[in-house]
Amino acid sequence: MSGLFIVQLLNGLQLGVLLFLIAAGLTLVFGVMNFINLAHGVQYMLGAYLAVMFYGYTGHFLVAVLLALVATLLFGLLLETVIFRRLYARDHLDQLLATFGIILFLNEAVKTVWGAAPLSLPIPELLSGSVPLAPGLNYPVYRFAIIGSGFVVGAALYAVVNHTRIGMLIRAGAHNAPMVSALGVDIGRLFMLVFAFGAMLAGFAGIMVAPVFSVEPGMGDSVLILAFVVIVIGGIGSIRGAFFGALLVGVIDTLGRSFMVDLLRIGVSTGQARAVAPALSSMLIYVIMAVILAMRPEGLFPVKGRQG
Amino acid sequence: MKRVQISRSGIVSALLAATAAMTIAANAASAETLKIGLMGVLSGPQAVLGQQVNNGFMLGVKHAGGKLGGLETEVIVQDDELKPDVAIGKVKQLLERDKVQFVVGPTFSNLLLAIHKPVTEANTFLISPNAGTSNYAGKQCNPFFFVTSYQNDQVHEVLGKYAQDKGYKRVFLMTPNYQAGKDSMAGFKRHFKGEVVDEVLTPLGQLDFSAELARVASLKPDALFTFMPGGMGINLVKQYRQAGLADTIPFLSAFTVDESTLPAQQDAALGLFGGMTWAPNLDNPANKTFVADYMKEYGTVPGSYAMQGYDAAQLIDSAVKATGGKLDNKDALREALKKADFKSPRGAFKFNNNGFPIQDFYLVKAAKRPDGKYQTEIVQKIFSDYGDVYAKDCPAK
Repeated sequence: MSGLFIVQLLNGLQLGVLLFLIAAGLTLVFGVMNFINLAHGVQYMLGAYLAVMFYGYTGHFLVAVLLALVATLLFGLLLETVIFRRLYARDHLDQLLATFGIILFLNEAVKTVWGAAPLSLPIPELLSGSVPLAPGLNYPVYRFAIIGSGFVVGAALYAVVNHTRIGMLIRAGAHNAPMVSALGVDIGRLFMLVFAFGAMLAGFAGIMVAPVFSVEPGMGDSVLILAFVVIVIGGIGSIRGAFFGALLVGVIDTLGRSFMVDLLRIGVSTGQARAVAPALSSMLIYVIMAVILAMRPEGLFPVKGRQG
Repeated sequence: MKRVQISRSGIVSALLAATAAMTIAANAASAETLKIGLMGVLSGPQAVLGQQVNNGFMLGVKHAGGKLGGLETEVIVQDDELKPDVAIGKVKQLLERDKVQFVVGPTFSNLLLAIHKPVTEANTFLISPNAGTSNYAGKQCNPFFFVTSYQNDQVHEVLGKYAQDKGYKRVFLMTPNYQAGKDSMAGFKRHFKGEVVDEVLTPLGQLDFSAELARVASLKPDALFTFMPGGMGINLVKQYRQAGLADTIPFLSAFTVDESTLPAQQDAALGLFGGMTWAPNLDNPANKTFVADYMKEYGTVPGSYAMQGYDAAQLIDSAVKATGGKLDNKDALREALKKADFKSPRGAFKFNNNGFPIQDFYLVKAAKRPDGKYQTEIVQKIFSDYGDVYAKDCPAK
């Protein structure tokens, strides 16, 4: 049982890391620009599709990843310049409608370009195979790679946000954007940079999961909801909040799915436990979100003094 | 209160009479042209299934020289968007504006519940090329309803029967948490009498199965049975292979490993089992022609969805031909449809009293073709001339 628990904990970490990569961009964009970007999940989908496409051209995993990263960054810049820039000053309802429209448009566009049939990316030779953690319980190497890359990105982001000039501007922007602008910082450029970088992070998440999940139109829509849960739990605008919020959601969701039946069996019959457990475990993270919002409406790691 | 009800039913019957009159007038006017409404899901992630049905159907029309049953044939394609409300609106258009004589569709079972009533109540034949729910196989069977696929349960029963025959003692069941998932487990257990070590219902649309697969690995069952259509199946199969389970625990599945998902699953799916009425390598002349022509026309390996769409076209062709093109004579058409007098790629089959086929079922396995593409291949026959268990409740003879 302990072996199984460790495997499930790793699974939870891996889901958490994935959510962190998506939520990091979302929370920055929301926190710094006060902009709700529903289309963030689409950038995750695009990352996956671009990786598949570049892998098709080059046949090399790492090259495909790098090219896809550049392409998602450029696409983020394009979206920001052409569309999003015009929406920052609008209210949240306009932003929701416009970015929802972008979801619909890009989901269909992806289908037109790459077809409706799901695609996939093979795991690179180096990262295939699995490590035995307990007798009969193997853990795929590639999932370790996902966890590892997530922690590396997390550490790098932490360093950039807390120890560089640009990071200072981002923190200041999250705190009080008009004041930053008044102090002579080109806030438009800062926004563009943050946005494109956030898009690239979401794209990176999409690239990393392409060998594990099916690459299909609309794949970003379901993770987007979880990413919003993460940033609400973690505190809007906070990278640290996104990180711990994501790990919390990932681990709780996974452990809930794995052990809810066993937990319920203590109280009720097996049949009843099986009937109730799936519903309960799907609700779990939303219940926790509700509890956290009730106790700490600003999230677990709020940005200090953020102007609503 | 009573008066209100009377007047309302009066309005309804007047409307019905008007609709019936319109239908008759339409049929009389367009006796030379055969009009068919082809409805399935053509947008969203599941579009690949609807597209296969349509491709198969259009190939059937092409094989008949563009004239099903010798009549000038017009096919009106509609996308139901996998939304029941959209489907109802579009099927009404097909019936009332386009005045079709046949509706072929839908792809998904939940849509069948939406369009079955409007089509059959308009005395129009509904040919389902894929969806085959249990409710319309039993008490609610309908003389205007024919199915060219199977009754949904039967595919799950194939795997249950195989597990039982193979002597598996402990099986792990995993399906999505919705009605079809629960029906799937029930279908599997109809013939499997061994121990079910665990039943897991996952949220519909789940992407990551690592938690469930770790549980499978720790319980070490003799086999896993699962039903994960579409993208879920692609994720599950890739992750099953990556977790190193594919070589140790047999993977028995329904609608999880087929020609619609294999292009994405690729090598990860090799050797995994499914159940079906047919596979691209089934050895008969009609199937060889069908697969070769389909691949020439569309460039992909056809799945069962395409085969069933193709047979829907052949079925209409055979019936219209047998009645000499008299589309008004619904009773004669029905008798001709019941005969299923055409060469199906799955081999000969006949219709049960409920309009569902009585046919053979096979265990199939994912394999790589010499041209590098992937397909399912026949492993062994599991059921011969197998009808569904609900037909006995159907009052029709």
